[in-house]
Amino acid sequence: MTAEAQAQAQPARAVISRPPSGWRVVAQKEIADHVSSARFYVLLLMLGAAAIVPLYFASDAIRSVASQVQDTRNAFLVLFIYAPSDIPIPPVFGFVGIVAPLLGVAFAFDAINSERAEGTLPRLLSQPIYRDDVVNGKFAAGLAVITIVLVAVVGVISGFGIVRLGIVPSLGEVIRLLAWLALSVVWVSLWLAFGLLLSVVIRRAATAALVGFGVWLLVAIFGQLIVGLIAGIVAPVASAGTIGEALSLTALSETILRLLPLTLYQEASRVLLNPSVTTVATPSTIGQLQQWQQQAEGQLLTFDQSALLIWPHVVALIALTATCFAAAYVRFMRQEVRA
Amino acid sequence: MTTATTRPARRRRHGPASDSPSEAAPIRTRALTKRYGERIAVDALDLEVHAGEIFGLLGQNGAGKTTTILMLLGLTEPSGGSARVVGLDPTRHPLEVKRRVGYLPDSVGFYGSMTGRANLRYTARLNGLVEEEAEEHIALALEQVGLTDRADSRTDTYSRGMLQRLGIADALLKDPDVLILDEPTASIDPIGIAEILGLLRRLVRERGMTVLLSSHLLDQVQSICDRVGIFAHGKLIGVGTVPELATTFGDGAAHLEATFLDGTTDPAGALREVPGVEAAERDADSGTWRIVVRPATESVRVREAIIDLGAKRALRMTSLRELEPSLEDIYRTAVAGMTRGFAVEEVTA
Ligand SMILES: Nc1ncnc2c1ncn2[C@@H]1O[C@H](COP(=O)(O)OP(=O)(O)OP(=O)(O)O)[C@@H](O)[C@H]1O
Ligand SMILES: [Mg+2]
Repeated sequence: MTAEAQAQAQPARAVISRPPSGWRVVAQKEIADHVSSARFYVLLLMLGAAAIVPLYFASDAIRSVASQVQDTRNAFLVLFIYAPSDIPIPPVFGFVGIVAPLLGVAFAFDAINSERAEGTLPRLLSQPIYRDDVVNGKFAAGLAVITIVLVAVVGVISGFGIVRLGIVPSLGEVIRLLAWLALSVVWVSLWLAFGLLLSVVIRRAATAALVGFGVWLLVAIFGQLIVGLIAGIVAPVASAGTIGEALSLTALSETILRLLPLTLYQEASRVLLNPSVTTVATPSTIGQLQQWQQQAEGQLLTFDQSALLIWPHVVALIALTATCFAAAYVRFMRQEVRA
Repeated sequence: MTTATTRPARRRRHGPASDSPSEAAPIRTRALTKRYGERIAVDALDLEVHAGEIFGLLGQNGAGKTTTILMLLGLTEPSGGSARVVGLDPTRHPLEVKRRVGYLPDSVGFYGSMTGRANLRYTARLNGLVEEEAEEHIALALEQVGLTDRADSRTDTYSRGMLQRLGIADALLKDPDVLILDEPTASIDPIGIAEILGLLRRLVRERGMTVLLSSHLLDQVQSICDRVGIFAHGKLIGVGTVPELATTFGDGAAHLEATFLDGTTDPAGALREVPGVEAAERDADSGTWRIVVRPATESVRVREAIIDLGAKRALRMTSLRELEPSLEDIYRTAVAGMTRGFAVEEVTA
């Protein structure tokens, strides 16, 4: 080394204060990784195209629907719940319900096992951070990135509605939209936590991805079909003799369907985005049915009424997420550092 | 690389109160044990590494070196016994221990999509180093391991030895008090090895760092380590300086090497007459004479006697020196003894 290098080779001793909590440093790096990764752009494109292209084609229909809505305060939310009858595409919220799990799994399935594969885990864990900082940081990073993607998509749809259709949202609608966004973030976290669990338990990233997408297919596409079939066997509504019987059988089959987290998300979304939905379930007695019909006479729920209606759904989703995350966390804390 | 100077010694940091503040040993274990199911990987290990020394861990594959190191860092929970690193229990104060101990894992890995420098930057941030300071530390560490010119290439373009060097830079980044290196010279070329061993020696001398390293390369360990511990089946079967180990595991003989000018009378008879000389044989290839002295403590007197003899009998001796005990021989004897011991135990059991 040269004399000049000698001279500069004496950096002052770093004042090692308490490192800015480890999980943040991990999250920062992971976010940078995600945002520069190919998968981020692929998923962004997919989600963007799939949400916006149908909207574009359906815009005329939406415009006419929006103008027909008696209460113009809700014209804006129609953008998110409108499903055109001529083309078979789901409403935006239905679409998010199906694609968000894909996002969650895609950003987490290789979180821990890739560190093992690259041999970086022992080095990472020998830095002055707690072991859970790694899991927490990775979870936070995935959540941040997906939230940004979701906000961007919702923003584009809203912008489309405002600019192209000239629908300006009311304050109430903005609140409902934000609440729905929060619900969607919870929905994504569930899948992120599930992906994280897979990345801890399954040593090979490719296997973890396969399992993750398999479960996604099962839940998002075949799940309601299969559970519907089971419900049809357990509670055959068609065989009901009286209206009362039919109603109680319907209620039973709805409960069975609600075992699927996707159902929970979809029901909650419907209530949040549409103030005219006054109940999550079909009434199970004739008395309730009458009451429901009276309410349905053009009555709109306030935001707190809607929120009250779906809070069990939200709690269930959060509990599921917490369970997945805790399982990933506990497994990771107990695992050997070397593979 | 490099004559890059090390950083000057700096003030001690204050962490959680150490359990015994007067205790100087940076690494000390008491009956440290690790079990994997039925298999005992580390068996009631008592190890002490003194401040400012380079300690070498030797042992065959699966002897328990890596397991011991992981327990010292709090990366694996011991099944029994206790460890103190920089005076702290690594399972109870993992953060403070990891802040002050640099670690190079065996088969170290880096994020392939990031450059070497970016990888080190991540480590620096995890250690709470702030921007410009971190950059200075990174530049110095890269310089010390001779990677400056490749620092800005992605690490998936690095060779195995370059990754190993980057791993050493990574361990040095936090300016540790104790450096734990698991097979630090694996895949590094001979000149690189000399450079890295030189760097370690300088760090110990100038910074008062304590180094614990494991290795399979015995001559390296012999050349750099102040003390050596020999591991077999999770037990420390010998510990000390190489001469100390030679006394423990040697056969009690010293070895001399002598050369004579060609054409002189056969010295064999004369040599064998010297009291204390057990055997004297000529190596056919090199033409040197190997003289076995027993007991080893007689070696100085025997050497004097041989020099006298050379003058008296006109043997025209050109050199005479005592052969240092080689760590390889010691290691072989120690491990063989251990294996024999085991065989006996199994038979009697
Ligand atoms: N996760 C694990 N589960 C079960 N046994 C293990 C595990 N990790 C290590 N072992 C066992 O512990 C023993 C010690 O292994 P260790 O890695 O410490 O050896 P080592 O001395 O570092 O060997 P090498 O020189 O090959 O690196 C071995 O018998 C090994 O099989
Ligand atoms: Mg090892």
